[in-house]
Amino acid sequence: MRIEGKGIIDRTREVKFRFDGRDYSGFRGDTLASALLANGVRLMGRSFKYHRPRGVLSAGSEEPNALVEVLGKTIRTPNTRATMQEIFEGLDTRSQNRIGSLRHDLLAVNDLFSRFLSAGFYYKTFMWPRHFWEGLYEPLIRRAAGLGSLAQVHDEGVYEKAWAHCDLLVIGAGPAGLMAALVAARSGADVILAEEQPILGGRLIGDGGVIGAEPAALWLAGVEAELRAHPNVRIMTRTTVTGAYDNGTYGALERVGLHRSPRPSLPRECFWRIVAGRTVLASGAHERHIAFPMNDRPGIMLASAVRTYLNRFGVAPGKRVTLFAANDQARQTARDLMAAGVQVAAIIDPRQDVSVVEDCPVHSGAEVIDTKGRHALRAITVRKGAEVFDIETDCLAVSGGWNPALHLTCHMNSRPRWSDELAAFVPVADAVPGLEAVGAANGDFSTHAALLGGKAAAGAALLALGHKVAPVALPAAEDAPYTHRAIWAVAGEGRAWLDLANDVTLKDVQQSARENFASVEHMKRYTTQGMAPDQGKNSNVAALAVLADATGRGIAETGTTTFRPPYVPVSIAAMGAGGRGKGFAPERFMTSDQASRDRLAPMIEAGLWYRPAYFPKPGETTWREACDREVLMVRNAVGVCDVSTLGKIDVQGPDAGRFLDLVYANTISTLAPGKVRYGLMLREDGLVMDDGTAARLGQDHYLLTTTTAAAGQVMRHLDFVHQAFCADWKVRVISVTEGFAQFAVAGPKARALIDTMLDAPLGDLPFMGVVQTAIGGVQARLFRISFSGEEGYEIAVPVDYGEALFRDLLARAETMGGGPYGVEALNVLRIEKGFLTHAELDGRASADDLGLGAMVSTKKDCIGRAASRRPGLHGPAREQLVGLKAMAEISAGAHLFRPADAVERVNDQGHVTSVCWSPVLDLWLGLGFLQNGRARYGEKIRLVDHLRGIDVECEVTHPVFFDPDGGRMRG
Amino acid sequence: MRLTCPLCGPRDRREFTYLGAEDYLHRPAPDAPRDAPPDALSEAWDSYLHLRDNPAGPTRDLWYHEQGCAAWLLVSRNTITHEITGVELVANRKGGAA
Amino acid sequence: MAELIAKSPLEGQAPLTRAGLTLSMVAPRSIWSLALYPGADPGPALGLPGLRFPAPGESVTEGDVSLIWTGREQAFLLGMAPPAGLSAQVAVTDQSGAWAGLRLAGRGEEGAEAALSRLVPLDLRLRAFPLGRVARTALNHINAIVWRRDEAGFTLFVPRSMAFSAWHEIAVVLDRLAARESGRGRG
Repeated sequence: MRIEGKGIIDRTREVKFRFDGRDYSGFRGDTLASALLANGVRLMGRSFKYHRPRGVLSAGSEEPNALVEVLGKTIRTPNTRATMQEIFEGLDTRSQNRIGSLRHDLLAVNDLFSRFLSAGFYYKTFMWPRHFWEGLYEPLIRRAAGLGSLAQVHDEGVYEKAWAHCDLLVIGAGPAGLMAALVAARSGADVILAEEQPILGGRLIGDGGVIGAEPAALWLAGVEAELRAHPNVRIMTRTTVTGAYDNGTYGALERVGLHRSPRPSLPRECFWRIVAGRTVLASGAHERHIAFPMNDRPGIMLASAVRTYLNRFGVAPGKRVTLFAANDQARQTARDLMAAGVQVAAIIDPRQDVSVVEDCPVHSGAEVIDTKGRHALRAITVRKGAEVFDIETDCLAVSGGWNPALHLTCHMNSRPRWSDELAAFVPVADAVPGLEAVGAANGDFSTHAALLGGKAAAGAALLALGHKVAPVALPAAEDAPYTHRAIWAVAGEGRAWLDLANDVTLKDVQQSARENFASVEHMKRYTTQGMAPDQGKNSNVAALAVLADATGRGIAETGTTTFRPPYVPVSIAAMGAGGRGKGFAPERFMTSDQASRDRLAPMIEAGLWYRPAYFPKPGETTWREACDREVLMVRNAVGVCDVSTLGKIDVQGPDAGRFLDLVYANTISTLAPGKVRYGLMLREDGLVMDDGTAARLGQDHYLLTTTTAAAGQVMRHLDFVHQAFCADWKVRVISVTEGFAQFAVAGPKARALIDTMLDAPLGDLPFMGVVQTAIGGVQARLFRISFSGEEGYEIAVPVDYGEALFRDLLARAETMGGGPYGVEALNVLRIEKGFLTHAELDGRASADDLGLGAMVSTKKDCIGRAASRRPGLHGPAREQLVGLKAMAEISAGAHLFRPADAVERVNDQGHVTSVCWSPVLDLWLGLGFLQNGRARYGEKIRLVDHLRGIDVECEVTHPVFFDPDGGRMRG
Repeated sequence: MRLTCPLCGPRDRREFTYLGAEDYLHRPAPDAPRDAPPDALSEAWDSYLHLRDNPAGPTRDLWYHEQGCAAWLLVSRNTITHEITGVELVANRKGGAA
Repeated sequence: MAELIAKSPLEGQAPLTRAGLTLSMVAPRSIWSLALYPGADPGPALGLPGLRFPAPGESVTEGDVSLIWTGREQAFLLGMAPPAGLSAQVAVTDQSGAWAGLRLAGRGEEGAEAALSRLVPLDLRLRAFPLGRVARTALNHINAIVWRRDEAGFTLFVPRSMAFSAWHEIAVVLDRLAARESGRGRG
């Protein structure tokens, strides 16, 4: 119920929201949990295994019970903690993990079978009959398992990623964090203050108190105002630091739009990568539950959470509250409630000699041993010595002590240290280089200790960064000692929960120990304690204590599992932000792109580039029709193809020739200026990396081409060879792929076409030559090279002229019975000629396999020469490049067998790399690798592709099918 | 992970590509007369291509500042602590001509 | 004979203003790579009038002409063709069409930094990236040159074929920044 005059929510702004189909209203600043509690709704979920009714336990991100689905038009977000979901107008939410309604969950029957569902039950049950598993048990368990459900549609939400850099990262804006930020801000350092909640203050919001001479709320407002005024401070609220990584890098998840009505382009979340010079961890501490029997009912909450609901949200979670705690600090919850006019029925304190002077009954030396109330707490049973009695209550505030939130300190392979004094784990110093934990996160629980720790850590960090440290006065604050007694569990009849989120009880951990899963790592996996969305924040330490007890060890000896990022669940969409759809990779467009699309050419992806597959003419209904026509067009008239995507590398310097002789298998330095040579590049392991051409443009100037897909790899390789082996040579290498648009003009009429374009007559450009020329005054390079096997040229112009040149070439070609051709025809033409692409150069072929063994010069060293001499890369056992001819369709990827052999792997003779229908030869052609292939021309071979159902007899031939002498190319 | 390129300064690891161990810098001399028939790899070449230490502790490896200045870097780091103890330009090393 | 018309990348693309920032294309149209051979003297002997070869990360500007550092012993000359007296110790390559220029400016440096921090992992704070600083880095998988050319914002160069992708990436970032800011007052 709502309490007047309490809370810092904005009561002037009413917000309507929906839960399980019913409309409610709350106020701006409410979370779903606080608004539901204010409306008297206490049943918020069903537990994982037993489907027991559950209510909210906490007020923070560690919430294990109140997990709901947030519904949107296209997005459904399961497992959302009601304590972190701020309400906004129109928020629509639904409870999860139930069949039927939340109140009447059909799966609640599981609770009756709890005896059979204890730890590891799936290893011991559902075994018989065996065949029932697949048909019955598994689907049933699958249906019942899990918490929230997925929407089964793509998440079309907007997610962002971003980087941030700072001198000091302060994690947590409670008193310790605020103090650290203040020191750094006044010192002029760049500060990022990351706070998980939408508002600053941390414990000050729930606890109140006095700092300096003023109420904590005023002190907080003053500090916040000052921090916001400093231009060197970035305050990031709703931002959880999720992981500590190497070299001062932190991952952080910012909730950008989850608390607002959806709008276009508004990100839901942003995943930050923050690079910090130094970091102060002021993440506070988590209060512990106590494992007493039946401790999981709606209405049983952490004491500090009850206080937060009262002081921050103005909500009393019950009308008659009891407190069960073994520490002094928790009593403030009872006092705050009573001061607000809420009835406190009793304080139950397990400790014997403690003060019993409060404004309500205090039972010392007492424990809660049972609770009643199925859908909401009704009463508790208390044992005090020999006495056992019931107390009527609808809200039980529990405190089993405090655990420093030290998870980040363990993200780099460190484990925390057990403190007997605090009965808690505390961080180990320097576990994360550059990070210091302060305040409650470091086990220093008083407000004074937090302020002091924050100030000192910021000062030390600034000094380490070489910064001067501005003076900041330390305000006075409470410094009460942490008086407590560790209480993990209470013996009793019913089940006592440790891990509420995964429904793991005291008995499960004890059973685990009994079955000899005694190490904490085994206990965790066997019982699933600590493996739920709350990652054990509410149960790790208690479970460890129970395990220690059950195995007769101390807690320190039992150890702890480690913590790994992320500290809270992070949606995959946020981590992968920017990588979806077009963001996955850049798109690369040629200058002819628009003209190709204008002609309705389907564009295919070749690496990052878009290339036209073919240029359909009216009346053509299949790609083959267009492709066949284009092939014949090139062979009989002239074709134009944009080949700008091939890598082009400019190599200059007096040592250029020497350098190229090192990276190419064949000799390049003997090339005369104006000539072009086919080049083969090997990897150092002797296999072929790439093939291409090298053109000598001048005495000390070469231009290389590489295969489109290998351009980056070759560049990387050249840079390595240069820098690693010949950094002192006078040679410089730079990519010019982007700077030139280059078009192939091929066919019997190619020369005639080109002659109409050039400013000066073409003259006699020999095959494999290059010449500098001009088109309309624009400098151009003209190469006479051919990938089609026809008389072919390639014209390169500065890329800005590419589109104009392409359109002009097409117009002229069309007057000559020619036109554009795409990559399908390009591929057919080159297969007919036995020219290679990376279909053949797949990293497994040696020069000798390809029939190019003679290209590896014996007169010089080169990259790969030594390893290429290995006998294993030569000889009849190798699969060698061959051609294949067939009358029926064949496929790339098929394997080759002798016709008489069974089609089994042991009889595999080779495989097919490229195929095409040749309209020139009226045959199916293929290129492939066949064992000892060069000695088997004329042989019949069987080509089998199981995936496509192809089984065809082929003839093995020389790989050059058309014009083997190359007369058409050489003219 | 962040690497400090000697030319560009501290950078996110996404700008770099990893090649492998420092061993790649120590290319053996050609081991046989150039026109010699096919022969097995010498020990030096076999080691260069195929054998690597896998230390738990200090190691040196080669990174390429691909999305940056395209310099090849020799990085000294510790595989246990993840500390980066040094980054040098490969091109500035003495010798190494093939 | 033929007549060819030049077309720059993003030709005709109107500037985009959102979230107080303006994205527009720039066309220096003349970019030459100058790469020094080992032993080359980067001083006046280089033959560049009024300019010296920039140190790593540096840019040197004289009027309309700039030299921006782009790699080991390498710089891009913007705004003029290499002069006749250029030393033979320099490898010269025309990179003019190879790069698309973009400009992101407005609302002081902080504004453009906020946008670029979504795409570029670099430390772009003024004191880490002062006036005149140049860096080769990545703009979400796109190789990019980032240059704080003046107080108003950044000049970026990306490979020409990726100009549309780069424009689109930045435009999307601006949309999202604007969406964050709208309704901010209502907290």
